[in-house]
Amino acid sequence: MARERTGPPRAALLDEPKFRGIVYQILLCLLIALAAAAVVRNVTENLARNRITSGFGFLDQTAGFDISQTLIDYSVQTSTYGRAFWVGLLNTLLIAGLGIVLATVWGFVIGIARLSRNWLVANVARGYVELIRNIPLLLQLLFWYNAVLKALPEMRESIVFGGAVLNNRGLFLPQPNFGPGTGLVALAFVIGIASALGLRLAAKRRLERTGQTIPVFGSSLALVIGLPVIAFLLAGAEVRLVLPELGRFNVRGGVEILPEFGALLFGLVVYTAAFIAEVVRAGLLSVSRGQTEAAAALGLRRRQILNLIVIPQAKRVIIPPLTNQYLNLTKNSSLAVAIGYPDFVQIFTGTVLNQTGQAVEVVVITLAVYLALSLTTSAAMNWYNARVAYVGR
Amino acid sequence: MWDAEAMSDPVETSMMRIAVTEDDVFVRSQRVSVLPPPLIETGPIGWLRANLFSSPFNAILTVAVVTFLAWAVPPLVRFLFIDATWSGADREACLAGPHGEAGACWAFVRDRLSYFIYGSYPIASRWRVDLFFAMLAFGIGWLLWLDAPRRLLGALYFFVIMPIVAYVLLNGWSLIGLPIVDTALWGGVLVTVVVTTVGIVASLPLGIVLALGRRSSLPAVRVLSTMFIEFVRGVPLITVLFMASVMLPLFVPPAWSPDKLLRALVGIVLFSSAYMAEVIRAGLVAVPLGQYEAARALGLRFWRMQGLIILPQALRITLPNIVNSFIALFKDTTLVFFVGIFDLLKTVEVARVDPKWATPVTSATGYAFAAMFYFVFCFLMARYADRIEYRLARAERR
Repeated sequence: MARERTGPPRAALLDEPKFRGIVYQILLCLLIALAAAAVVRNVTENLARNRITSGFGFLDQTAGFDISQTLIDYSVQTSTYGRAFWVGLLNTLLIAGLGIVLATVWGFVIGIARLSRNWLVANVARGYVELIRNIPLLLQLLFWYNAVLKALPEMRESIVFGGAVLNNRGLFLPQPNFGPGTGLVALAFVIGIASALGLRLAAKRRLERTGQTIPVFGSSLALVIGLPVIAFLLAGAEVRLVLPELGRFNVRGGVEILPEFGALLFGLVVYTAAFIAEVVRAGLLSVSRGQTEAAAALGLRRRQILNLIVIPQAKRVIIPPLTNQYLNLTKNSSLAVAIGYPDFVQIFTGTVLNQTGQAVEVVVITLAVYLALSLTTSAAMNWYNARVAYVGR
Repeated sequence: MWDAEAMSDPVETSMMRIAVTEDDVFVRSQRVSVLPPPLIETGPIGWLRANLFSSPFNAILTVAVVTFLAWAVPPLVRFLFIDATWSGADREACLAGPHGEAGACWAFVRDRLSYFIYGSYPIASRWRVDLFFAMLAFGIGWLLWLDAPRRLLGALYFFVIMPIVAYVLLNGWSLIGLPIVDTALWGGVLVTVVVTTVGIVASLPLGIVLALGRRSSLPAVRVLSTMFIEFVRGVPLITVLFMASVMLPLFVPPAWSPDKLLRALVGIVLFSSAYMAEVIRAGLVAVPLGQYEAARALGLRFWRMQGLIILPQALRITLPNIVNSFIALFKDTTLVFFVGIFDLLKTVEVARVDPKWATPVTSATGYAFAAMFYFVFCFLMARYADRIEYRLARAERR
C-alpha cells in the first residue's frame, strides 16, 4: 500500500548533500585548527627550552661572515644579516636570469635540431636530450664542478689567452674601463634597441595593412650595434682594458668569474635546455601539416612559412610548459648549496640559519621569497600568453 | 644524347600538324633534351644523400657534427674502457692506466661497491636488504606488467603488505629475532630505493585525495587543497627538505622527535604528492563529463562514483604521466644529500675523497658510475611510459 506523499521525498538530515558538505567542511577546518594549535604550542615550548627568542630583529645584527660573490657592497665587519639576504637574493636572480636566457637559446637550437631532416643532427640532438634528462641535476652539477672545473690547471700553470686567465680558481676576463663618454654610449645602446623595436612594430603594422614585408633584421642590427659605436667614436673612443695580472698566488684586476658560478650556470643551462628542447619539439609538431602545406601552396618560402605560419601557432602550445621550465630553473638554482655558490639558500637558509638559530623565521622568509619569485614569473608569462592566445571568433 | 627524330611516333606527328595550322598557338616542334636520370635514390649512397647532404647547409651541419663527434667520442671511449683500470687494491693501481695515460678507475668502484649498495648496514644483516630488493622487484614487476593476473592483489601487495614487511625487515624487530638497525647506518642504493619507494607508495594515495579535493564542490576543501598544492609547487624541494629537517622537530614534543631519515621522507612525500595531485587532476579532467553524469544517474555516491567509475579511467589515461613523475621523484631523491642522508650520490661523494683511492680520475669515475645507475633506471621507466602511451593511443583508435 503506497502512502500519499506531498512534496519532494524527505531524506535524513545527514543524507542531505548540502548539509553533509557543511558538516564535512566544519570538521576539516576544526581538525586543521587543532593541528595548527598543537604545532604553535610545541614550537613555543621548544623555542623557550632552547632559549631562542623569536622575531625578525636578527636581520639588523652584524653578519660577520664573508661572501665570495657580491653584486652590492658588502663587508664582513659592518654588514647585517639583512644585507646578506639581499646579496644572496641578487646572486640567485643573476643566475636565474642568465640561465633562463641561455637555456632558452640552447633549448630552441636542440629542439629544432631534433626535427632536422638531417639524420645525424636529429639523432645527436636526441641522444643529448635522453642522456641529460635521465641523470639527476645534482649529479651533473657535482660532476661539472668537482670533476671538470677542479681538474683545470692550478694558478701557476694558468691558461692565458688574449688577456684572459683560466685556472681552477676561476676565469678572469679583461675589464673595460670606459672614459667620460660611457653614459653617452649606454644611452645610444638603449635608443638603438628602442628604435629597432619600433621599426619591427611599424613593419608588422604595414604587413597587416598592406601585405608588404619590410626586412628589418639588417637595419635593426645596424641600429643596435651602429648607434653605440658612433656614440663611442664621438665621445673620443677612450677605453682602457684592465688586464688580469697573474700573481704567484692570486690574480689581480679584471672581471672574476667564480668556478662555482660557471659550473652552476653551465649545469643548469645544459639540464634545462634538454627539457626546453622537448617543449619546443612538441610545440612545433602540434602545428598540423596542413598549415605548412597550405602556406607552401600560397607560395611562401620556407623561412616565411616558419616565421609567419608555424611559430605563431606553436607559441601558444609552447609558452605554458616553457613557463614551468623557467620556474624549475629558478628553483633548481638552489642546488648551488652543493657546490658552494653563494646563492640565496646557501647564504640565508644555510649560513644565516646556522649562525642565528632562527629556524622558523629563516625558513618562512625563504619560502616567501621563492613563492614570490614563482608567482611573479608565472604572472609575467600568463600575461604574455594571454597576448598571443588564440582569439576565437 | 637521345635522337629526337628517331623517337617520333604517329600520334605526335599528327598533333604537330594541327599546331602548325593555328597561328596563335605555340606548340613545340622539337623534343627537349631528356634530363639525366635521377641520381641514386636507394641504397646507402641514396640514403646518405637524402639524410645527410640534402642541401649545402645540411652538408655543412653534417661535417660539423662529424667533426665534433670525432673530437669528443674517442677520448671518452679511451677514458671509460681502453685506458681504464679494472682491478687493483688501492690508488696506486689507478695512477697510470695500462697504456700510460690514466683512465677510469673501475677498481675503485669494485672495491667500494658494497658500500655504494648497502651503506654501513651491518654485513651480517645484508641478506635482509637483498630480500627487500627482491620483494620490491617482484611487486614492481607485478604492477608494471599490464596483463598480469590478479593485478588488484598486486596493488594490495605493493601499497600495503610490502611496506609493512619491508619496514620490519629493514628496521628489525627484536621480538622475532631481527636485531634493530639504526637508520643512520642505512646508505647507498638502499636509501635511494627506500626514499623512492616511500615517495611512490605514499604520494599516489595522497595525490589522489588532493586532486579530488582541488576539484571538490566544497569551498573549504577546494581552497585548502589548492593552497597546499600551489604552495609546495612554488618552492624548491631543497627548502621543503630544510623545512622538514629543521622545523619538524620543533613541531612535535621533544620525545617524539623523528629521526633524520623520517624527516627527509616526510619532506619528499609532501613534495611529491603535490606534483602527483596535478598529474592525477589532469587525468580526472580528461574523463568525459558523461561518465560522471551516468554514475550519478545510477545513484552512486561520491566515493563509489570515484572509486568504481572515474578513478580507474583517470589513472589509466594519466599512467604515462604518473610514471614520468616517478622518474622525476627518483632523480629528486638525490637531494636528501643536503639533510645528511647517505643516499647513493652521497656515498659516492664520501668515497671519492677517501685518501685510499684519491687520484685525479677517482671523482670522474665515481660520478660516471652513479650516472650510469640513474640513467639505466630512468631510461627504462621512460621507455615503459612511452609504451603505455602507445598502447593507450591504440586502444583509443578502436
